[in-house]
Amino acid sequence: MAQTQSGAEGLLSLPALLHRNATQFGTSPAYREKEFGIWQGWSWAETEKEIEALALGLINLGVNEGDFIAIIGRNRPYLYWSMVAAQMVGAVPVPLYQDAVAEEMAYVLSHCGARFVIASDQEQVDKVIEVQDQLHQFEHLIYLDPRGLRKYDHSHLHEYSHVQAQGSAAYDEFINELKARRDKLDYDTTCVMLYTSGTTGKPKGVVLSNRNVIESARNSAEFDHLTRGEDILSYLPMAWVGDFIFSVGQAYWCGFCVNCPESADTMMTDLREIGPTYFFAPPRVFETQLTNVMIRMEDAGRLKKAMFRTFMEHARKVGPSILDGKPVGAWDRLKYAIGNALVYGPLKDTLGFSRIRVGYTAGEAIGPEIFDFYRSLGINLKQLYGQTEATVFITVQPDGEVRADTVGVPAPDVEIRISENGEIFYRSPGTFVEYYKNPESTTSTKDAEGWVATGDAGFIEEDSGHLRIIDRAKDVGKMADGAMFAPKYVENKLKFYPDILEAVLFGNDRDRCVAFINIDLTAVGNWAERNNIAYASYQELAGHPKVLGAIQEHVEAVNRSVAQDTMLSGCQVHRFVVLHKELDADDGEMTRTRKVRRRIVEEKYADIIEALYDDSATVSTRTEVTYEDGRKGHISATLEIRDAAVQPVAPHKVAAE
Amino acid sequence: MLDQAEGYTTADGRKIGGVVMEMKNITLRFGGVVAIKDISFDIREGEIRAIIGPNGAGKSSMLNVISGFYTPSEGEVWFHGAKRPQMRPFEVARQGIARTFQNIALFEGMSVLDNVMTGRLTHMKTGVFSQALWKGRAEKEETENREVAEKVIDFLEIQHIRKTPVSRLPYGLKKRVELARALAAQPRLLLLDEPMAGMNVEEKEDMSRFILDVNDEFGTTIALIEHDMGVVMDLSDRVVVMDYGKKIGDGPPDEVRNNQDVIDAYLGVAHD
Repeated sequence: MAQTQSGAEGLLSLPALLHRNATQFGTSPAYREKEFGIWQGWSWAETEKEIEALALGLINLGVNEGDFIAIIGRNRPYLYWSMVAAQMVGAVPVPLYQDAVAEEMAYVLSHCGARFVIASDQEQVDKVIEVQDQLHQFEHLIYLDPRGLRKYDHSHLHEYSHVQAQGSAAYDEFINELKARRDKLDYDTTCVMLYTSGTTGKPKGVVLSNRNVIESARNSAEFDHLTRGEDILSYLPMAWVGDFIFSVGQAYWCGFCVNCPESADTMMTDLREIGPTYFFAPPRVFETQLTNVMIRMEDAGRLKKAMFRTFMEHARKVGPSILDGKPVGAWDRLKYAIGNALVYGPLKDTLGFSRIRVGYTAGEAIGPEIFDFYRSLGINLKQLYGQTEATVFITVQPDGEVRADTVGVPAPDVEIRISENGEIFYRSPGTFVEYYKNPESTTSTKDAEGWVATGDAGFIEEDSGHLRIIDRAKDVGKMADGAMFAPKYVENKLKFYPDILEAVLFGNDRDRCVAFINIDLTAVGNWAERNNIAYASYQELAGHPKVLGAIQEHVEAVNRSVAQDTMLSGCQVHRFVVLHKELDADDGEMTRTRKVRRRIVEEKYADIIEALYDDSATVSTRTEVTYEDGRKGHISATLEIRDAAVQPVAPHKVAAE
Repeated sequence: MLDQAEGYTTADGRKIGGVVMEMKNITLRFGGVVAIKDISFDIREGEIRAIIGPNGAGKSSMLNVISGFYTPSEGEVWFHGAKRPQMRPFEVARQGIARTFQNIALFEGMSVLDNVMTGRLTHMKTGVFSQALWKGRAEKEETENREVAEKVIDFLEIQHIRKTPVSRLPYGLKKRVELARALAAQPRLLLLDEPMAGMNVEEKEDMSRFILDVNDEFGTTIALIEHDMGVVMDLSDRVVVMDYGKKIGDGPPDEVRNNQDVIDAYLGVAHD
């Protein structure tokens, strides 16, 4: 209904939104970045000037309409400006993951044929130079931080500030050209191209138009009543669609302020200083924070511990209801208020969540305990379900209908359909244009009517209308006896234990399930220290009998819980092994967004899986590892395999109650 | 090979300038022990100069002579074209020489930022009272000094520990904080006493990069003592080799590496 309203206002592109912000509320803060110990700020009016200077500089360097400009680096205002400047000159910005190794970068850069790269520092410049021979279209490299680059050959290397200065100097020469290009932008212009990490195969370039981005930003901003007054902290990878929507799409639509941390290591301090009102984090961040709180509470004095325990218990009981505006007794409210003054308030302040109005988590399932912990403190943490191809939003949880086990109702203007085999399909204004240079994948994912297959299996709950996700559709399989095999379901239950960082379940076409487990070094290390367990390495700690014992208890508890579910009771873990190394993106075992690549893990550790099924008590293995600088090495280990007690399974399936 | 006034050009194309410091026939005695015996060498503008040698060769004594902590028994120290009189260490610091120590010498109870700020001490002109009141010139001066300190903190990538007390930091980071304090003084000559001692490979790589970047970015002249041969040969432009208080070699790394005296005394075999 309101589909074209924004179009009528002429706000059909990011530069148009930028211009609106710069003219209507030019003095409000648009960007902040902590540098040299203080927060440096830029208003919207200043931002437009910076971006325009860069855009002129890009024309000066010879950027043509339709060129691809790759952007690599951590979250910095300058790189966000690069994305908008790229669009302003009619080029397509392609943000890349900054922790990608040179080879991965080479694939993406050559696939899109980027003529220009804007990189943050020497580290990224080195990677691009390393692979530039494979990139026949690559021409110019622009860098932000000149440090260490003085001696480099500068025939194709340009400093960001110089590009801007040259752009400003050539204002009269190029401004008409820039205006002409800017006026050509419309709703169908490509806004950004994002490479999906993909749990299988090579990354695919998802083309998102201005329509996708602006409509999605508008709908979601209205859904959560976001205003110009919001403050967000941008620390998630710029190459990820979520960051693009929050830090660019919604920020430009609403005109709120994007804050960039000083460095990756200072993120927690910066979070506390900014106190965002709107916050997004994958479950892992919330888990880590909670783990840290718990570890620190262990070290606290007796009085503090007692206070924490009493009031957190109370918060768990009534906190979520108070947050949802449900009726709560006067005494409970009073006790909650006292708790807020003594415990919740200071705790939220320490975490940097004092001002938070809306918080989201997505990407992976979040443990119910973790989720409830934050909600009970009065933090409005919600879940959403989305993907790059949908420009993030498929379903979101409305205020007052938040639960840990569902992902909410369809987002505004999104239609959802569940196919016969349980796969979720959606259609929305955010539906991507295409996969770049990959029509086969495009047609196999998006049909003629615009329905997109998510690849996830799920169902809509009858009474609430909320969507529940079971697993990746292709991962859902059958066990030898025909029972349903949904690994994610069990893995998530395992991962909800702080000791367990990652779990991988196997059992498709087999008669029983087995699992790989990665311990969480922070949590287990702390536990070991407390219990006087000495260890010299991750490998040694992971193989310690007491650690194995603790993990075994967790696995058995999960088995009891899985046995409750009539549909999935066959997925109990019969045997498990604690791996000697963490699954890692550098080894290709995970995606850059830290999702396990099941097939690769299965191939790489075939020997261990075999041992899990053939009843041997130990297995010796040798694993190749890749260091951060790309060098390779090996680690050898003998791993103990443990049996876990399982609950008896009803021989035939009974209808769910 | 060396032109006294002109300097030389390094293999990677950097221009090395004229003599910054010259040690002329330095001898240092402690009672009957002769720590340094008649050594002469120079340090040139913009170069990384290493002093190496086996244990007890007199390297640290030499560095202490350069830093003014020891006064040579015989010989002269020339700094920027003038013969240096006997000086106390703080007077040397005022001349623009800063150093780090083999055994870290930081203020353990103070935060990293405060430690780095102490490096600015020689640049402060206002008195204790006006600083305590924090008014007028003192306030402006503090702001300027903080800016310099923050640039150094940014440069050495220690923002995340800015407010952390030094006593809580691991060894490798302490070394980096020490370098930060020395850099905050914006020295004309930076002395590093075994900057890599006790570090693991990764920390060594980081430290090497920082040393090269300091030299590259600020043009700071650096004199360093180091045990790790690989590091010395990669980093430095010229190397002085000492053994039993005597100089047995002096020149670019490749030349020193092939010097028979040096091989015999120290390296044993050619090192790569």
